[in-house]
Amino acid sequence: MMQTKLKASLLAAGLLLSGFAVAEESMTGWLLDIYREKEVRPVDNKAWNEECGSCHLAYQPGLLPTRSWEKLLSTKALSDHFGEDASLDDETVNELLAYARENAADKSFHKRSRKIALATEQGEAPLRITDVRYIKRKHHEIPEKMIQGNKDVKSLSFCSACHTKAEKGVYDSDTVRIPNYPDWDD
Amino acid sequence: MKKTATLILTGALLATSTAWATPATDELFARFKSEGAANFDAERGKAFWAKKVKKDGEDISCTTCHGDDLTKPGKHRKSGKVIEPMAPSVNHERLTEVKEMDKWFKRNCNDVLSHECTAQEKGDVLKFLLTK
Repeated sequence: MMQTKLKASLLAAGLLLSGFAVAEESMTGWLLDIYREKEVRPVDNKAWNEECGSCHLAYQPGLLPTRSWEKLLSTKALSDHFGEDASLDDETVNELLAYARENAADKSFHKRSRKIALATEQGEAPLRITDVRYIKRKHHEIPEKMIQGNKDVKSLSFCSACHTKAEKGVYDSDTVRIPNYPDWDD
Repeated sequence: MKKTATLILTGALLATSTAWATPATDELFARFKSEGAANFDAERGKAFWAKKVKKDGEDISCTTCHGDDLTKPGKHRKSGKVIEPMAPSVNHERLTEVKEMDKWFKRNCNDVLSHECTAQEKGDVLKFLLTK
């Protein structure tokens, strides 16, 4: 009797664990997953970190939808990347594109990426993260003097100027520190 | 005694312009020669490195992002991202990979000069960087 119970609970535990392992692959799974993340999935690709990160913050793929990454990450598009030549060899471009496609906002079950996916579902896919409606709205109430007019920030594009954990994919208001405005509170 | 010997040796090494030459720089020089360039000159490279060009209404050169002291980190003109020192004497990863050098020569020449650099220009710059 005892043994049957033990077996049953072991089986249940096993089922649960295997459930978690595949949890991120479906929406229901995401809801059930006790490990689901609130933020944006951190970058875990060496080429992405090195190639994107050599000029700017290696923005997580979960900050834009697939359609945006497909526009940005081609050999031709990279030769004029917001006015800069960011040319790469085909092999590297393909690796980056594959990584973006796997982890783009619309493929992610991370909460913030889901919101970005929703905000970019319709219409032209944005090229800039700062053109995503959700992101614009989130920053709408921050006075210009704290961003554009702030010599240590300058633009909304420099996430890590204020988001102290941007590199880890964490963008919640608790981790925001606006340079020169220590008293700012959401 | 040993210290003096080391100092002399270091001095001798630094005196030659190819102090930090690597198999990768050898390979590039050979390629630039095969493309018709010759007599690479560090002084010419230095002048090229510092030459100001108008871009977006601003005078820019290699030093705009890499800084005036190549043993110190630079800063990307637009993103503000820190650029590790260019000098191979303090940054031993510099000038060690052909692929990296090709990538950055292409990008940065296009960004600063709006066209690719010639084999001669690249060879001269490389010669100059090898002295740093």
